[in-house]
This record gives sequence, C-alpha cells and structure tokens, in this order.
Amino acid sequence: MIEGILIGLQTALSFKNLMMVMIGCFSGTIIGMLPGLGPMTAIALMIPITYGFDPSTGLILMAGVYYGAVFGGSTSSILINAPGVPGTVATSFDGYPMAQQGKAGKALAIAAYSSFAGGTISAIFLLIAAPSLSLVSLSFRSPDYFGLMILGLTAVAAFSSKGNFLKAMMMVVLGLMLASVGQDTLSDIPRFTFDNMNLSDGISFVLVVMATFAMSEALTIIFKANDPTKAAKQISLSQLGSIKLDKDETKKMVTTIPRSSVLGFIIGVLPGAGATIASFLAYGMERNFVNDEEKQKFGKGSVNGIAAPETANNAACSGSFVPLLTLGIPGSGTTAVMLGALLGFGIQPGPRLYQTNPEIFWSVIMSMYIGMVVLLILNLPLIPYIARVLATPRTFLIPLILFFSLTGVYLMSFNNFDIYMMIGIAVVATILRLYDFPMPPLILAFVLGGLMEENLRRSLLISDGSWSFMWDRPLTIIIMLTIIFIVGWQIYKSFFKKKL
Amino acid sequence: MKISPSKLISLLFFIFSGYYLYTAYQIQVFAFDENAPFNAKTFPIYLGFAGLVFSALYTILPEANPTNVDLKVLDYKKTIGLVILMILYGLTILRAGYFLSTSIFLVASYIILGERKWIWIFILSFPFVAIFMYLLHGLLNIYLRDPFLKYIGIMG
Repeated sequence: MIEGILIGLQTALSFKNLMMVMIGCFSGTIIGMLPGLGPMTAIALMIPITYGFDPSTGLILMAGVYYGAVFGGSTSSILINAPGVPGTVATSFDGYPMAQQGKAGKALAIAAYSSFAGGTISAIFLLIAAPSLSLVSLSFRSPDYFGLMILGLTAVAAFSSKGNFLKAMMMVVLGLMLASVGQDTLSDIPRFTFDNMNLSDGISFVLVVMATFAMSEALTIIFKANDPTKAAKQISLSQLGSIKLDKDETKKMVTTIPRSSVLGFIIGVLPGAGATIASFLAYGMERNFVNDEEKQKFGKGSVNGIAAPETANNAACSGSFVPLLTLGIPGSGTTAVMLGALLGFGIQPGPRLYQTNPEIFWSVIMSMYIGMVVLLILNLPLIPYIARVLATPRTFLIPLILFFSLTGVYLMSFNNFDIYMMIGIAVVATILRLYDFPMPPLILAFVLGGLMEENLRRSLLISDGSWSFMWDRPLTIIIMLTIIFIVGWQIYKSFFKKKL
Repeated sequence: MKISPSKLISLLFFIFSGYYLYTAYQIQVFAFDENAPFNAKTFPIYLGFAGLVFSALYTILPEANPTNVDLKVLDYKKTIGLVILMILYGLTILRAGYFLSTSIFLVASYIILGERKWIWIFILSFPFVAIFMYLLHGLLNIYLRDPFLKYIGIMG
C-alpha cells in the first residue's frame, strides 16, 4: 500500500497533473456555477481531450472538474437559489436565505470550508480504507443493492418533496419509466421504442439532465417572469458581506463536519447513491442532531444547514470513486461518464484495478486531496469575481443556457431527434416544476433504473421468483425496514400530523 | 366539481401509467423466457402498477400542501416563442449547419427576451459561435458538419 501511495503521489504531483487538477477545478467551478450546467456536461465535453493524455492524467482532469462543479454548484445555490448541480440542492435550503440576509460571503465561506473539510476527511478515509472498503462493497448482494436503490429513491423523494411525498414518488416512477426505454440489457428486446431507431439505445442521461434541469430551469425562469440575476446584479465586492466566521459559527461547523463527512463518504461509497442523496441525508440528519432552538433556524439560514450538505456532497464525491475504481460500478451519473472514459482507455475498472494499474488507482486518490487544496485556494479569494458570472443579464443568460443544452445534446448524437425529445421533456418538466413536482427524484431514478432492474432480475432469478430475498438476510431486512420507516413517516406527516 | 392542476397532472399520469402498462404487456419476449421469474417486461409491468398506485392515491386523497399558481402572471408569449425557436433550430441545424442556425437562434432568442443592445447581441452570436466551433474543432477534435461554411469555402 505504501508503495502504491508513493507511486500515486509521484504521478499526482507531476507538473502536468497538477496543472490538470487546477484547470479541472477552475473550469468545473465556472461550469458548475451556471444554473443547469453541471459536472455531467463538463466531463462529457472533457472526454475527447482526455484521450490525448495517459489514463491517470485524463482521470485526474475529470476528477478536478467533478469537484469544481460540485463546489461551483453551491455558489449558484447560495447566491441565486438555482443549484448548478443536484448535489447542491440541499445547500440552497439555508444558503440562499442566508444570502438574502446580506450574509452571502459568510454562506459561501461556510460552503468553501465545509467542502474542503469534507473532501479532505473523505480523501483520508479513502486512502486508508479503499482496499478494505472494496471488500465490504463486495459483500453486498443483489437484494441489498436493490434495497439500497429503493432506499435512495425514497429518501430523495422524502427530502425533496416539500411535503408532497406522492408527487415525488410519481417523479421517481416517471424517471424509472424513462430509463426503461430502449433495448433490454440482457435479451436486447426493444422496449417502448415504437420502431424508432433513435430510441433503441434508450434516452441519453445527458439529454434528460439537460432537459429537466438546464432547459426547464431556463424556461421556468421565463415562464414565471422571474429574474434570477436580479439578486446577482446586486452582488458586488462590498455587498457579499464578510467571509469571516465568528467563534459560534466555527463551533457549529466543527461538530457538523465530522459526522457529515462520515455519512457523505459512506453514502458515496454505496453504489447508486451519491452527492445528492448524501447532501439530503446529511441535511436531514443534522436537523435531527441539533437542539430545538437551532432546528427552528433550518430553512432560514442555519450554519449547520449549509455545512452539513456541503461537507457530505464533497465527501460523497470522493466516496463515489470507491465503487467505480474497485467494483467498476458508478456511484453516480457523473462517475458513470467516467466509467465510459476509462473503458475508452482500455481499462476495465474492478477489484483487480488496484493490482494491475496501481498508478491510476492511487494517483486519482492523491489528486483528490490536491484538488481540495486547489479549490480552497481558488474559490475563497475568487468568490466575489466568480460570482459576477452570475450577474449576466437574463436576456443573455437564458439563451446561452439553451445554447449549451442544445449543443451538448447535438454533440452527442448529431441528429435532431434528440433535440426534439429534449424540448418535449423540458416542456413537460417546466409544467411539472410549476406545480412543485420535484425533479431530483426523477433524475436519480433515471440513473438507477438500469441498475435497479439488473439487481431485481438477479435477486428474483436466484430466489426462483420468490420475493423472500427481501427478508432473507439481516442487511436486507435493515434496509427494507428503513424504507418502511421513511414511507410511513412521510404518510404520517402528510395526512395525520396536521389533523392531530 | 373543480379539480386542482396538481390533481389533473396526477390524473394524466394515471392515464399515462395505464398506457405504459398496456405497452409493457405488449413487449414480445422470447418463448423460453415467457414463464421465467424475470424477463424483459417484468420490471416495466411493476413500474406501470407503481405509477397507477401513486397517481391514484394522489388523485383520491386530499392534498396535503396544494400548490397555487397565478396563471395570469405567467409569460406565455416569451416561453412559447422560445420553444418554437428551439423547434425551428432542430429543423434547420442539419440543413443550414451548426454555425448559421445556432447564431440565428441566439440572435432571435435575445430579441424575443427583449434585449436591444445590438453590439452585445452580435458579439454573443456569430463571433461567439465561431469561437466555440473553433474550440470544438481545434481543441476537442469534434467535427461539426456545416453545409453553409462548406459552401462559402471556410470548412472542407
């Protein structure tokens, strides 16, 4: 292991790779900050560049973009309440109210410190625990994976539903339905393709993300006659407020960061889960941990409410590399793109990567820590300047978002069918957004759809069609009981709590 | 009887789920797979039923937090304008090429949204798209077929 760490450190600290981390973090921050544009777009655009480099450098660049975009997303969440990436949605719950109170600088500083701390702690976890964690991950069986995915979906639905759990669950089902379009992975039987060749490979994830976030966000802004840049226009060096934290705020962060890091890292490691679930769960967990007085501040600009999701989403980013590097299973949509890139390099991620390509395995882990340092150095001093990107007038910002969305999808397929499909999905998503049907559950369901079906298939085939696999193993029982608890709590909250 | 828009959406989702379920049952699986514990239509069938259950529950049960939207304040004109513009963009991109269709799309969308700073409109359309294309070609090696640029002799 020590030898591997040294090889990784040597690779990650080479001039070229250091430059890649910096370029990746910087461009990721800018892209992630623009509402609707997230790490998926950025990484997808980076893939052709990375093929010019060796696999370690290519992966380091993509990892830098990933962290940068997650942090950049929190900037737009805080300043204009428009999360650049789903993983920073929870940050906006308290970040935006704090910014509205004239403490935008403070909110951004909390996010920066929390991201740094979460990323650093989880990078250390990863360094120490990666080999053994791969063994733990290997002990998960198909029923556990299936249960974990349902748990992730119900948790996201619960946290993003704003009291309308059934609406969120409808979005989950819709996401899974969209994911079922295309050829069946095992039998190649076409499903819901209506004899259209363009649908035989299914609907692209980038298309759905662009349509439901970027494009529908842009259309919603116009439809509601909102001006998200109105708040950003007021941002100036003086109006961001101080970025200094007082003793009390630091104390709150000190207690929040360790537990959110652990949670974020664990959630990130679990295949299928990721920054979005981690941030929502950390937000919910933190709310339960704090005292009643602090609980009242949640949603109104709580320090813990910003620190928890920001720590967890960065910790989850590091954690999500574990299943990717050790099992070859992406922990999120973004790492799924990276998986595609690795396969393009001719590298098959899996338990043997650790032995066959230690320089890739360890250099990525080492670059994570370097990336965190770069993000902290880059972001905090540059926040007032970077934030000005958000002050682009609405009349220019919206067409540019549409331009990037349309171009991104066109570049993937070079046909106009995908453009029409994206417009269709975006229009539907805009109407759904208008009536508070949440989009994050739909996206997560869409990502997990294929994996979920695969694991259900394996579970049912092993148990010969019996659903007893759901209570055969203690781990599966615990997962299922947690799901029942979440669903039960949501039903209680929606229909009984009010009446009591 | 007045039905809220959210319930109307869930009712539409109920109908959609019904259609999805019907289509799921129509999926042709291999004969040897027909009675297998899991085949290509198993998961879609479960999804269809799940969609029916959740949408039916939402339609029947009282709304916990009804969403009220003032339809009068919505800007239909600009939104529909942008959607039509995007459809036109989809129609023209393969014929006119990326450069011309994208530049015109940007100019038209700035104007639809009320922008009248012509210098910025110009900078953020034709030159912007040209630079973007140059980056795609030069740095990313992504070739964009462009009949217009080919016609005027800029691209091979």
